[in-house]
Amino acid sequence: METILFNLFAALAVLSALLVVVNPLSRNPVTSAMFLVTTMISISGLFVLLNAYFLAAVQILVYAGAVMVLFLFVIMLLDVEETARRKLRVVSLTMGLLSVAALFGVYKSSLETTYEKDLGSFEIDGFRSEHFESVSSIGEKESFVTVGSTQALGQELFSSVNGFILPFEIVSILLLVAMIGVILLSKKELK
Amino acid sequence: MLNFVTEIFSSYPWLIVLVKVLGVFAVIMPMVAYSVMAERRISALIQDRIGPNRVGIPFTRVKLLGLGQPLADGLKSFLKEDFTPAYVKRIFFWLAPAVAMIPSFVVFAVIPFGSFLGAQKMVIADLNVGILFTFGIVSLGVYGIVLAGYASNSKYPFLGGIRSSAQMISYEIAMGMAVVPVFMLAADSAWQSNLTGTWKGYLDGVGLLNLSSVIAYQSDSFFSWMIFKQPIAFCIFLVAIFAETNRLPFDMPESETELVAGYNTEYSSMRFALFFMGEYAAMIAGSALMVVLFCGGWTLPLGATLDPNGYFSTPADGIIQGVLHMVVFIMKIAVFLVLMIWIRWMLPRFRYDQLMNIGWKRFLPVSLANIILTAIVLWATA
Repeated sequence: METILFNLFAALAVLSALLVVVNPLSRNPVTSAMFLVTTMISISGLFVLLNAYFLAAVQILVYAGAVMVLFLFVIMLLDVEETARRKLRVVSLTMGLLSVAALFGVYKSSLETTYEKDLGSFEIDGFRSEHFESVSSIGEKESFVTVGSTQALGQELFSSVNGFILPFEIVSILLLVAMIGVILLSKKELK
Repeated sequence: MLNFVTEIFSSYPWLIVLVKVLGVFAVIMPMVAYSVMAERRISALIQDRIGPNRVGIPFTRVKLLGLGQPLADGLKSFLKEDFTPAYVKRIFFWLAPAVAMIPSFVVFAVIPFGSFLGAQKMVIADLNVGILFTFGIVSLGVYGIVLAGYASNSKYPFLGGIRSSAQMISYEIAMGMAVVPVFMLAADSAWQSNLTGTWKGYLDGVGLLNLSSVIAYQSDSFFSWMIFKQPIAFCIFLVAIFAETNRLPFDMPESETELVAGYNTEYSSMRFALFFMGEYAAMIAGSALMVVLFCGGWTLPLGATLDPNGYFSTPADGIIQGVLHMVVFIMKIAVFLVLMIWIRWMLPRFRYDQLMNIGWKRFLPVSLANIILTAIVLWATA
C-alpha cells in the first residue's frame, strides 16, 4: 500500500513538475502555476508517507495555499500573455542537463554516505523493517517514530543546547531583510 | 447478524472510515440545503417580507412552512440549461466549480463532530496536526474562485477572482495567528496527562495540535471555553471566517452591486449551484471550526448541579449519549450559521481598501500582540 502511494505521489509530482515547464498543450502561465500547485500537493503526500505530518500540512498551507495564490495574483494582475514557443538551444540544453546531473550526483553521494553510516546496506523495499531493527537495537525506536511530530520538530528547532536555534534566527533575519528591501524598492520616492 | 457485521468491520478497517465519510456527507448535504432555506427565510424576516413558504411535500397540499423549498431549488438548478459561453477557457471553466467545492468538504475530515459511538471515535481522520490541516485545506478553497474568474475571460469575473486572491492572503495570516493562543493554552501536555476516565481513551495517542484536545480543554465549565479565555482571538477568527467564506460584509469577489455576480457571473445551472453549495459548506465548516476551537465542541458543561455525572461533558459510553453529543454539536453549528446569515443581512459591504486595511493593519498586529500577551500570562503564572 505504501509503495503504491509512494509511486503514485512521486509520479504525480514529477509529471506535474515537468508540465510546469514543458507543457506541450499550453504555454499559458496560469496552467503552469496550477501544475505547480499539484506538484506541491503531491510532495506533501510524500511527506505524509514519511510520517512528517507537520511538514506536509505546512507544505500545503504555505506553498500551495499562500505562495501560489500570490503567484496567480501577480500573473493575473500583470496579465502575462501566453509566451511564444522558444526554440531549444543546444547550449542551454547541455548546460541544463549538466547542472541536473551535478545536482543528482551530489544527492546520490550524500544519501549513500548517510545511509552507510546509519544502516550499512540500504534497500527500498526492506527500508522500514530494517531501519526499525537497526534503530531499536540502539534503543532509539521511540525517537524514530516521533521524529516527524510537531513537538519533536519544535524541540529540535528551538532548543538552544544542540538544536537549530541559531540558523533559525539567522534565516528569520534574512527574511526580514528581504522584506524591508522589497518595501524600500517598491517605494517610488524615498524621503 | 451483529457478529457478522462487527467481523466485517474488524477485518476491513477502511470500511469504518467509509461509513463515517458517507455519514458526515449525508448530514452536511441537507444542512447545506437547509441553510440556503434559512438564509432566504431570515433575510425575508429582516426585510419584512414572507419569503419562500409554499413548497411542502411534493404532490400534496402539505406546506410545512416551505420546508420543501430546497428540493425545488435543486430540481430547478438541474433542469436549467447548462450554458458554456464561447469565449471561456474551457478546462478551467469546467474545473473551477469542483475546485471551489471540494476543499469545503475535505475540512470536515479532521473535525471531531462527536465523542464516541460504540468504540468508534466520531472523527474521520484524527490527525495530530489537525488545525494545520484545516488551514491548509481552507487556503486551497480560493483556487476555485480565482480559476472561475480567470476562466470566464470577461471583466467582472476577472476582477472578482483577483480580489478574492488578495483577500484570502490577507485574512489567512490573521486567522492563523488568531488560533495560536488557543493552542498555547490547550496544547499543554501537563493537563493532558492528568486526564481521567473516558477522556483518557478519547485523547489516546493524539498529538497536541489535535482538535479533540482543544475540546477536552474546554470541557470543565462554560468559562473554560476559549470564547471567554481568548475573546480577542475569537473576534479576529470570526471576522476572518466571514472573509474566508466570502460572506457579506466581505463578499468582495462577488459584490453584486458592482461586479454583477463577481466570479460566478458566467456560470449557470448546476455549475452555479456547485459554487453556491461550496459557499454554504464552507460556512458550515467555518462554524464547526469556531464551535470546536472556541465553544467547546460537542461538550455542554452544564455544571455539577444540572449534570452531576458529566453526561454532556465527558466522552460517551453508550449509543444514546454519543448521538446526543452529535446533536449538541450540530445545534452549536446552527447557532453560528444563524449568526452569519443575520450579519449578512444587517451590515453593508466594506470597501476593498478598507478590507485590506483591516486585515493587514489591524488584525495582524492585534493577533500578534495577543500571542505575546498570552505568552506573558502563561510565563507569569507558570
